[in-house]
Amino acid sequence: MSVLDSKIPEGHISQKWTDYKNHLKLVAPNNRPKIDVIVVGTGLAGASAAASLGEMGYNVKAFCFQDSPRRAHSIAAQGGINAAKNYQNDGDSIFRLFYDTIKGGDYRAREANVHRLAEVSGNIIDQCVAQGVPFAREYGGLLDNRSFGGTQVQRTFYAAGQTGQQLLLGAYSAISRQIGLGRVKMYNRHEMLDIVKVDGKARGIIARNLITGAIERHSGHAVIIATGGYGNVYFLSTNAMGSNVTAAWKIHKQGAYFANPCYVQIHPTCIPVHGTNQSKLTLMSESLRNSGRIWVPKKKEDAEAIRAGKMKPTQIAEEDRDYYLERRYPAFGNLVPRDVASRAAKERCDAGFGIEANDTNEGVYLDFSSEIKSKGKQAAYAQGIHNATEEQIIALGKKWVEEKYGNLFQMYEKITDENPYELPMKIYPAVHYTMGGVWVDYNLQSTIPGCFVAGEANFSDHGANRLGASALMQGLADGYFVLPYTVSDYLANEIRTGQIPTNTPEFDEAEKRVKDTINQFLNNNGSRSVDHFHKKLGLIMWNKVGMGRNEQGLKEAIAEIDQLRAEFYKDVYVPGSADELNPELEKALRVADFMELGQLMAMDALQRKESCGGHFREEYQDAEGETLRDDENFKFVGAWEYKGSDINQSQLHKEELNYEFIKIAARNYK
Amino acid sequence: MASKYININLKIWRQKNANSKGEMKTYKLDQVSTDSSFLEMLDQLNEQLINNREEPVAFDHDCREGICGMCSLYINGRAHGPDNAITTCQLHMRKFKDGDTIYVEPWRAKAFPVIKDLVVDRSAFDRIQQAGGFVSVNTSGRTMDANAIPIAKIDADKAFEAAICIGCGACVASCKNASAMLFVSAKVSQLALLPQGKVEAKERVMNMVRQMDEEGFGNCTNTGACSVECPKEISLDNIARMNREYMKAMVTAE
Repeated sequence: MSVLDSKIPEGHISQKWTDYKNHLKLVAPNNRPKIDVIVVGTGLAGASAAASLGEMGYNVKAFCFQDSPRRAHSIAAQGGINAAKNYQNDGDSIFRLFYDTIKGGDYRAREANVHRLAEVSGNIIDQCVAQGVPFAREYGGLLDNRSFGGTQVQRTFYAAGQTGQQLLLGAYSAISRQIGLGRVKMYNRHEMLDIVKVDGKARGIIARNLITGAIERHSGHAVIIATGGYGNVYFLSTNAMGSNVTAAWKIHKQGAYFANPCYVQIHPTCIPVHGTNQSKLTLMSESLRNSGRIWVPKKKEDAEAIRAGKMKPTQIAEEDRDYYLERRYPAFGNLVPRDVASRAAKERCDAGFGIEANDTNEGVYLDFSSEIKSKGKQAAYAQGIHNATEEQIIALGKKWVEEKYGNLFQMYEKITDENPYELPMKIYPAVHYTMGGVWVDYNLQSTIPGCFVAGEANFSDHGANRLGASALMQGLADGYFVLPYTVSDYLANEIRTGQIPTNTPEFDEAEKRVKDTINQFLNNNGSRSVDHFHKKLGLIMWNKVGMGRNEQGLKEAIAEIDQLRAEFYKDVYVPGSADELNPELEKALRVADFMELGQLMAMDALQRKESCGGHFREEYQDAEGETLRDDENFKFVGAWEYKGSDINQSQLHKEELNYEFIKIAARNYK
Repeated sequence: MASKYININLKIWRQKNANSKGEMKTYKLDQVSTDSSFLEMLDQLNEQLINNREEPVAFDHDCREGICGMCSLYINGRAHGPDNAITTCQLHMRKFKDGDTIYVEPWRAKAFPVIKDLVVDRSAFDRIQQAGGFVSVNTSGRTMDANAIPIAKIDADKAFEAAICIGCGACVASCKNASAMLFVSAKVSQLALLPQGKVEAKERVMNMVRQMDEEGFGNCTNTGACSVECPKEISLDNIARMNREYMKAMVTAE
């Protein structure tokens, strides 16, 4: 029997959540003001959880490291949010969304959690519209939908290329309302640096006021971590500069298991790397794959000529272009899931067909010319122009594209100085999202009682690969529709506890841990900046724990990170002092956690001797280069227990995954 | 695009904390790639300062793709620098020439006090939102179906165009009166244009405007600099709409 109890309820998949919810314990309205709840992170999951718990009447304290909860990186999500509304009458249902998500995750997610997610997906859209979120609409006034990768229905709701922004601002308006009413107390520019446990339960946090540097103690009857993913372990990613794993990693070090750290999503459509001073990578929404066709030249000499600047992509004839996704996956074409599209791009570039003139020649085309023509023709027809000229058609087509994707095209042009209406976009995969995260049970509770984890920070719903437009869905599902029930069930036993004092030895000890680490960095007086080490870590991770992994590379990565970590502590230089705004100190504390996590990611990738979703072990592929899963030996969630500062000693626990309602099969998008 | 390298001079506002006096300091930075963003150039400067054992420049930033609204900076006398419809993180060094001197200052407004160097406190914006920038609907999952009320596409589109405000504060910084009218009107407009927001329209505009005034923002004199420098090109029409909403609320007050 595993030490991990997932607490998945009995019953038919379609009834589990309803039945379970009906039997959860409640806290009466008069008792809720006696209870404090801490929420760390104010993205979709954190803001929606804080707002909902505040509305219920709990005392909520919310924390974010940015200057406002509206800045959380959920805001950067572009393409959309899935919901099984079936407004398009194209065969969608809760079961289909559930099925697509499990399959998309390469059969490495829990059935019960994913079904619950699909069940509440429709409520999310209703809730957001009621809040005034301006989703895209049809001329008849009803909501519009589009397609995303890994599905054959149109279930994605969107607001141009700024869906995450609009949803986050919706959640921000909900939390702002509660702040105004005094039910949520907001701590901006605060970073959680440790968790405090009393008698094994989560009872508070230690946070640093980033402006004054003051180390603060905050107590609560429950702690919710909603601090996002850990993509920045790679240094270059589509994450915001401040996105970090610290809160999640600190609870891991205090007893929360960390699950499937090796499951990282490399997003296929990002702007390629341009130089050594680059600080981050920018995503071009997956929604563009609805309209763009991905290709590289068929002939190597054409690819070489393009890289040398001697030829333009528009000069390559149709028959000399290799639309490799359409060729390899005719059923899904350019809309295969992200992991599949990313690997296919890497395969072409490794074979020498890359078109970007950077160090690695890594880049492929995302071409809108076909779509511009076809939409232009449709628009001309709709306007009654039956003998439109080529120019008219192209002008109308560009207008259509601008309306759908205008902000993305503008973003692309600003970064690359090239006009994507005229030339195809150059894109390449980049680290984007992390499916792994803190292990949680069906209640979203970690292995620390009273410590809940939501959104990207947990491991729960996406298996080994997340489908596009599912992250926004999960963040809001967790915060609006799951945690209010499961956290209340936990808090039902806390109504007699009374306020938790912060002048106890447990708080003393946690505060000391934090202060010691800060002093260690400030007094280190090494010779290299934090970024110097972070970039080195990123290169090890990208080259050896990136899109393609193998035993030898992973073993090397583990040893190299171990060594880099030692050098970091010996030679890092952190300027400034502890009692002021000190961005370098903030970075040092985050990179210290990335170093430990990076090593664990490599260990997890090494033990998982199969390929699944975003985890591609080069030793385990079929003759056509597709992933080879090993369901007999690896159909489990790998949850790691921290065993001290030598990460090599971390212990793996397995939670076996059972598929009762979906027949597990090879994932096929052909 | 083949990248070039340029050498630049920087004049940057340095201020230890909110209470100390600040000053412009001069720095020289060589070998800046024209493909770098403005903030990557500042990263490069900070790396140089750290290596020289000098204190790095503090500046706000996060997403670096023009959507979080965290970055700011007055560059050569313009909010978010010499280009239109972008944030500072989207400004690239190809907009500058070899040998240029670049002035970098924080947002200047009474309601945005400096915290350190180029970092200012914009929490006044949050308080305005808390005063009324929402629809009072609790989480339930039992609101009506999302398609129950059709909304004309033109209204939905206009609401969206107002809703894309990123709350960066460039409008305030660009305004000679440090007025926050464009910011406030964007939220008022978004919700006034949608049926869901109409129920509380009167209270919303009154409360948000009251809070805006309490925060110490200046008055609007219809100059329009705010909209010109807005990275999201929020239209002045929103200010007109807010004025109408405000008048309506005043005239029909209980």
